[in-house]
Amino acid sequence: MRLNDEEQAMLAGKAGAACQWAIEHQMRVGKYFGAPDFVPVSQAHIMADTESLGVAGVEWLERLAAQPGSQVRIPTITDPRGTDFAAAARLKQQEWMLALERRAITAFQALGVLMTDTCINYQTIMPAVLGEHMAYGDTGVVIYSNSVLGARSNFEGGPSALAAGLTGRTPRYGYHLPELRRATLLVRVEYTPRALHDWGALGGIVGRIAGDYWQVPAVVGIDRIPGSDELKHFGAALASYGSVALFHMAGVTPEADEAIDTALPAAASVTQADIAAFLAAYRDGIDSVDVVVFSTPQLSLFELRTLAGLLDGRRTTIPLIAITSPQIKPDADRSGITARIEAAGGMVLQGMCFYQSYAREMAEANGWRNLVTPSAKLVNILGGYGYRPALLSMQECVDAACTGRIAA
Amino acid sequence: MTEFRASAAMGKRVRGRALVAKDGFSARYDLDRVTGTFSRPEHKLAGQSYVGRILVLDAAKGGVATAWMLHEMAARNVMPAALVLNRVNPIMVQGAALADFTMISGFDVDITAAVPDGALVEIDPETAVLRVLADA
Repeated sequence: MRLNDEEQAMLAGKAGAACQWAIEHQMRVGKYFGAPDFVPVSQAHIMADTESLGVAGVEWLERLAAQPGSQVRIPTITDPRGTDFAAAARLKQQEWMLALERRAITAFQALGVLMTDTCINYQTIMPAVLGEHMAYGDTGVVIYSNSVLGARSNFEGGPSALAAGLTGRTPRYGYHLPELRRATLLVRVEYTPRALHDWGALGGIVGRIAGDYWQVPAVVGIDRIPGSDELKHFGAALASYGSVALFHMAGVTPEADEAIDTALPAAASVTQADIAAFLAAYRDGIDSVDVVVFSTPQLSLFELRTLAGLLDGRRTTIPLIAITSPQIKPDADRSGITARIEAAGGMVLQGMCFYQSYAREMAEANGWRNLVTPSAKLVNILGGYGYRPALLSMQECVDAACTGRIAA
Repeated sequence: MTEFRASAAMGKRVRGRALVAKDGFSARYDLDRVTGTFSRPEHKLAGQSYVGRILVLDAAKGGVATAWMLHEMAARNVMPAALVLNRVNPIMVQGAALADFTMISGFDVDITAAVPDGALVEIDPETAVLRVLADA
C-alpha cells in the first residue's frame, strides 16, 4: 500500500503504540483486498458488545487504552451495548455481564470514544452526506448509509472501526471504490410492502437471492417513496440475510439512476405470495409465545409512538420488550410514550439491542423459547441462539403479548 | 496431492482435517461458541464440532460480530484451525487479522466441491495455496 508521510509516521510508532497497532491492522486487511492506499474517513462507529468481545476482547481493549496518547482522532461512536443497566435485573442478566460492560465502557471512554450506544445513528446522531467516506460498524448502519444516503463504507468490524478512529482513515477497497458500487443483479418487486415487517421480509428475500457481500442488488418496481423506518427494516434484513452492504432502489435511492444498468436481466421477481411464504415459514407450528421483542434495529420515536397506540387500553400477559437508543428514550419519556407502553405492562429499554445482550443466557434464565417480533433481522439471528422466532406485524405482536398466543 | 491457488490468504501455515459444506459462515449466527459446534438448525453442519477442523465453506455471512469473536474463540482455544471460503467479506478478514487466524479465499473452482469432507488439508498462506494431502 502507498503510504503518505503521516501514515509512514504512524507505522513507525511516532503517533503512539495504539495508532501503530491500528495502521498495521488496517494494512493487513488492505493488503488482503488489494487496497492501493488509504482514504480519510469522517466518522467511525464501533460494534463492541461484550458478548462478542468476551473477556479476551475487553482485556485487549484495556491494554490498548492504557498505551500513552491513545486517542481517537475523528468522531468515533458506539453501537448498542450488551445491557441497559437500569433493566438488567428484570432481564435476569448476571453481574459478570454488567461488570464486563463497565470495563469495556471505561476503556472506550479512555480512548475518547463517544458512548452513543446506537444502531440508528443515521436517524439520530449525524447522517452521512452523499459521497462521504465513513468507517461504520453494524451492517444495518452501513447498508442504510451507503444506499439511502450515498455514504462510502465497508462493513467495519469493531477492531477495524476502532483502528479507523485512531488513524482517521481506512484502506481504500470495496464500497470506497466507485466501480464496485454498480448494481450486479436486478430484482423486480411486484408488491410494495405496507408494513415494517413486510419490508423486513422483502429485505430477507432479496438478501437470500444476493447471497454475499460483493453483490449489489438493484430493486425495481417499488411504487412509492418509502420512509426512513421502512428502509431501515428493509436494509437491516438485506444485510443480515445476504451480508449485503449496498443496494439501489429505482426512483428512491440517490445513486440508482447511474448505478443500475437498464440492460441488466432480472435475476428474480418477488410477489406478495413470496412475502407471505417467507412469514409463514417462521410462523408455522408456533402456537404459544414466551416473549415479544421490538428491537433490531432500535426503534425510532415514530415506531415507539405506533407501539404505544396499539397498546393503549390493553394489558400484556407475557414480557413485551421495546428497545430504543439513548437519544430517542428521553423524547419518548417527555412525550408520554414510555408511560403508555409501561401502563400496558411493557418495558422500554435503551442503549442495547436484544441479540447483542447475551440472548442465549437471557433465554435460559427466563425460560424463553418462542419469540415474536416485527424484525426480520432479529428472526434471522435468533435461531442460532436457541430461540424459535416468528416474524409478525406490530399489531400481531401486541396481540400475542396480550394473549400469549399467535392468533390463527 | 492436489493444489488449489487462492487470490488471498493470511495467518500461519496449518494442517488439519477438512469439514466441508456448501453453506455460509458467521460466528454470531451459526455457532455455539461455548461448545464449539454449529448451532443454527438450518446450517448444513448443524450439531457438528468445528474445533481444530479446517472449515471449507462457501461465503462469509451475517454481521460484524465475527471480527471480535474469532479473537475471543482463539483466546479460549475453542476454534477451527483455519477458514477456507469461496468468498470472504471484510469482517472475516478483519477478524482473522486481529486473531492471527489462518484464512484463505477466492479460488478458480468451487472449493466446497473440490475438497472432500474429512480430507487432510494444508494451507500455506505465504503462497496462498491449499493442498489436499490425503482423502478422508
